[in-house]
Amino acid sequence: MNITFLLNGETVELADVNPTATLLDWLREDRGLTGTKEGCNEGDCGACTVMVTDEGGHKALNSCILFLPQLHGKAVRTVEGASGPNGEAHPVQQAMVDLHGSQCGFCTPGFVMSMVASHANGATDHDTQLAGNLCRCTGYAPIIRAAEAAAKLPVPVWVKDKPAPAADARRVPGSSDELAALYVEYPDATLIAGATDVGLWVTKQLRDLDPVIFLNRCEDLKQIAITDSEVRFGAMVDMNRMGEALADLHPSYAEMIRRYASVQVRHAATVGGNIANGSPIGDNPPALIALGATLHLRKGDKRRSIPLDEFFIDYGKQDRTPGEFVEAVSFPRQPDRLKAYKLSKRFDQDISAVCGCFNVTVSDGSVTQARIAFGGMAGVPKRATHVEAALIGKPWTRDTIKAALPAFADDYAPLTDMRASATYRLETAKAMLERYFLEDQGEITNVLEVSA
Amino acid sequence: MSVTKPLPHDAAPLHVSGSARYVDDIPTPKGTLHLAFGLSPIAKGKITAMDLSDVKAAEGVVMVMTAENLPFANDVSPSIHDEPLLSDGTVHYIGQPVFLVVATSHLAARKATRLGKIDYAEDTPILTVEEALASDSRFEDGPRIYAKGDADAAIAGAAHVIEGTFELGGQEHFYLEGQAALAVPNEGADMLVHSSTQHPTEIQHKVADALGVPMHAIRVETRRMGGGFGGKESQGNALAVACAVAARATGKACKMRYDRDDDMIITGKRHAFRISYKAGFDENGHIQGVSFLHYAICGWAQDLSLPVADRAMLHSDNAYLLPNARIESHRLKTNTQSATAYRGFGGPQGMVGIERVMDHAAHALGLDPVELRRRNYYEPAHAVAEPAPVEKPLGHPDPREDLTSRGAVETGDAPMRPLPAGGNTTPYGMEISDFELHGMTEALLKSSDYAARKAAIDKWNAENSVIKKGIAFSPVKFGISFTLTHLNQAGALVHVYQDGSVHLNHGGTEMGQGLFQKVAQVAASRFGIPLQMVKITATDTAKVPNTSATAASSGSDLNGMAVKAACDTIRDRMADYLAERHQADPSAVTFSDGHVSVGEERYTFAEAAALAYQGRISLSATGFYKTPKIEWDRIAGRGRPFFYFAYGASITEVAVDTLTGENRILRTDILHDAGASLNPALDIGQVEGGYVQGAGWLTTEELVWDGKGNLRTHAPSTYKIPACSDRPDIFNVALWGGTNREDTIYRSKAVGEPPFMLGISSWLALSNAVAACGDMYPALNAPATAEEVWRGVQRMKGGI
Repeated sequence: MNITFLLNGETVELADVNPTATLLDWLREDRGLTGTKEGCNEGDCGACTVMVTDEGGHKALNSCILFLPQLHGKAVRTVEGASGPNGEAHPVQQAMVDLHGSQCGFCTPGFVMSMVASHANGATDHDTQLAGNLCRCTGYAPIIRAAEAAAKLPVPVWVKDKPAPAADARRVPGSSDELAALYVEYPDATLIAGATDVGLWVTKQLRDLDPVIFLNRCEDLKQIAITDSEVRFGAMVDMNRMGEALADLHPSYAEMIRRYASVQVRHAATVGGNIANGSPIGDNPPALIALGATLHLRKGDKRRSIPLDEFFIDYGKQDRTPGEFVEAVSFPRQPDRLKAYKLSKRFDQDISAVCGCFNVTVSDGSVTQARIAFGGMAGVPKRATHVEAALIGKPWTRDTIKAALPAFADDYAPLTDMRASATYRLETAKAMLERYFLEDQGEITNVLEVSA
Repeated sequence: MSVTKPLPHDAAPLHVSGSARYVDDIPTPKGTLHLAFGLSPIAKGKITAMDLSDVKAAEGVVMVMTAENLPFANDVSPSIHDEPLLSDGTVHYIGQPVFLVVATSHLAARKATRLGKIDYAEDTPILTVEEALASDSRFEDGPRIYAKGDADAAIAGAAHVIEGTFELGGQEHFYLEGQAALAVPNEGADMLVHSSTQHPTEIQHKVADALGVPMHAIRVETRRMGGGFGGKESQGNALAVACAVAARATGKACKMRYDRDDDMIITGKRHAFRISYKAGFDENGHIQGVSFLHYAICGWAQDLSLPVADRAMLHSDNAYLLPNARIESHRLKTNTQSATAYRGFGGPQGMVGIERVMDHAAHALGLDPVELRRRNYYEPAHAVAEPAPVEKPLGHPDPREDLTSRGAVETGDAPMRPLPAGGNTTPYGMEISDFELHGMTEALLKSSDYAARKAAIDKWNAENSVIKKGIAFSPVKFGISFTLTHLNQAGALVHVYQDGSVHLNHGGTEMGQGLFQKVAQVAASRFGIPLQMVKITATDTAKVPNTSATAASSGSDLNGMAVKAACDTIRDRMADYLAERHQADPSAVTFSDGHVSVGEERYTFAEAAALAYQGRISLSATGFYKTPKIEWDRIAGRGRPFFYFAYGASITEVAVDTLTGENRILRTDILHDAGASLNPALDIGQVEGGYVQGAGWLTTEELVWDGKGNLRTHAPSTYKIPACSDRPDIFNVALWGGTNREDTIYRSKAVGEPPFMLGISSWLALSNAVAACGDMYPALNAPATAEEVWRGVQRMKGGI
């Protein structure tokens, strides 16, 4: 596979690259650029953060789970390229020095690159922008001070990369039609969208993935279409774009996406990947199921659409045939009644122990419709049909909620693992219904919205 | 003067540009090989058959080693030689290194480790306190006991008695840079080792033993670590030894770094404790007596567990004068990772014990928890007559032993006898004469507006059913010195070149704490020169020998003093020479503002150095320091283990969602005692970072093992250290502007570990919030994850 991209402003052309070689390994081992660090090799610590610029703008990404072919036609800037051509410090670098933002220094290049990217984008929600960078020394306070100080200064010209368009590369189809044809030809291929999960198959499970097909240049799969009747996300819509698109339609869902992984991971992760992966703890499926979503699948020229919840047959088993891929997911426009509750040990960048999504319609004091779905409660993302039944047609009162709680045990028998016990999962799932009701009554229920 | 200035970390410009070099960034010689361990998948058993043919045949593999291939010592233990580099045929935990792969790349080595076919005869592992007690699986012959007065009688006679038991989890260090080492064979039998270690001398010793050469053949260099926190005091031994052995066997440079999951599965962590307590208080909340039972889960090898568990006992008083106390400590041996040093070294666990007692007592007596604590504080600082310490006779030490390790075995001569009750003394008989917390507490209560906020929180809790708030205060008194007295020494090497530039070296290591900068500030101050004239250099066993680990918060105290001594030696020589030239008294020669002045004559420092050189004056000197006044008998449990104490106090406010237990820190106020700070910016950095790390330990950081001994939280995806938004929304940190009452370097105080324990107030604040849900005492375990807080709420509501 031959690819080309800009590295710190210079054109790089690589021939015969191993399709699952990571950018991090290539930078450190082949290129001798050791400023970018390996902290966890799974996209959870951010020490390997680089900035990638493409038509979608400046993005912080984890280079440890970024395969080289994903960079084709883009621009990469590493910490070595954060400083200017004559060694001028970038404003975030200077602020990090002046305000004591580094101690051991190992996480620092990653922080600097996350800050360079958010600075270039004018983003000032620093806690969210830096949720994907772990620091064990500073307690973060001086880093935030540095981010705040740098935010007032202009973006240096040298970080404004403009990648040149690149020709299509092998196994990197440029449209869903090309993808469909290629995947029928290689039905055993591993599809790589954002590689936020597949990356770990390579870096942690040490699997050889061959053949692979990269989806990142299928522009038509990145479309978001919002009409009067429907909201439709192409499979390759990344989670940051999805969060922005949902901010007004379903703010609770958007807030859940804000806590979904990190900026770096959300830039790579796609809604299609999150669904197709079939994980019982993916956060999109319960929210989408609660919204009544439809999944659109394609194989060759054949397309079909199914209710999303029917896609998840069993743990590790989905309704997808060889050569078939997720093209899009859609749900009907509706008044916003959705609340998405993500429960995890840590608020930011943590996999849910329980993700409960509630969409209950109340009319004249009675429940007319209820779609409730959970992640983390079963082997698949699953609807709470018994709970829904216990609510529909009943008055929207505390007594109805109380009476519906036992139905959770009919819907779910969750497991105990390192994230939570079975009891805690079941009881907090119930508590989420109570929270949904209390929130509806105007009570203060969100610990994130409380201040000293 | 350079000292006291809030200068940035010396390497900060290198950090932010990616040019600071860590072990894995060092350019390697051509043909460098890469190593990885094959790990035991079972927690206890014997190897019955080992087929490594597929490993050897794997792509890129150059050599595969087992215990049989090791030429000399198969030992990476920092204490009693119970930790082989590679399994000796038995395995003791899941993750124990069994074989070593040497390959042409890091990835090839990792891939090959998964191809080993090993059969084991499995035994039932010992994983819990109950299982360890049932089979009397422990280190040392029995529990250590320290006692003062008669705790049982005092408790029996007290008006109020409280008791309880709680679990206190361990903690993964999660240094961002994983363990790493690089060994480069030099001519003859010599070996250069680059190691990410807090203890280069121990690496030197273990590598020498493994290669069968004297220590002089091994040179260990450490420029910096990407975080240590105690996790690189002994845990780097295995990598360095493996690299050295493989380098000797292949003749090639060998490098090893653990993948993050391997790092978390192989290496030791903070000791988990179970603590039981029983305490008696009078009507006014004065403690009459307290009895603690510590069960320390030490893992499979002894490592540094004895001094860790000792330090937990030594901090069971924290800030409180305990008239009668008894502390019994069991060091349990389990089939899990060998627990090791971690910031605070047992101190935090001991301190949580007594803070739990105070919290519980305040609840039981209906007293304000701050008031109850203040009533039990030690007496304010006062002068005391200090008896001269009695140095213990040294006997005949074995020079082959690793004497520089905190794991070095100490035996006492006197059996434990309870100390007399009363006096302003600790349960181990040390007079407390530097107690700062009365004034600090008063100042913090005022600056944090504690009383008004407490009232506001009560009001909030009365009006809100779902979100409850809590607030708590906790003090810190942390003892400074290695409890193994002979480790309290340090050396330095300083050169002044003829151009006046200075080369600085000492035995301390840089792991991010800013030690090098602080010590350079000392050197610049002694010579009266700008800091830029001082070159900071990598720790190097060939420059300063027989160093102690950079641990126990001792770095700047010990090395600062040693560097001062070296600088002063050179300065005195220069002064003598210039005084003689100018017919002046040496004491009239001054060093300041980059100049040396003798009477009317004023030289730049460079001119003075050049003159001294021409005058054939030695401009190179070593410096040495040993901490005065300390002596300690760990078996008898008495003496003065600490030169002085560092103090701190924090107040944390939290909010808890009582439906799910989700919780967060809203505000934290801290006042910390760094003495006369050498560098207030770096010290505040230690305080902010220490607090967040301590709060993480007690809240989100949960280590989970399954029933077979598998660590299930072995990556940041499952083990959750605080993220950016977990720091307090409002975070006010100030230094207490005092000075050290003891004669330390510029009267500063050690600051590495003490702030970690400021995080205890976050756990107590959660307890306070949960207490708002009912009448009971919440009795939280630690870490207080959302689930644990939820359990607490359920208990309050009678749900479970």
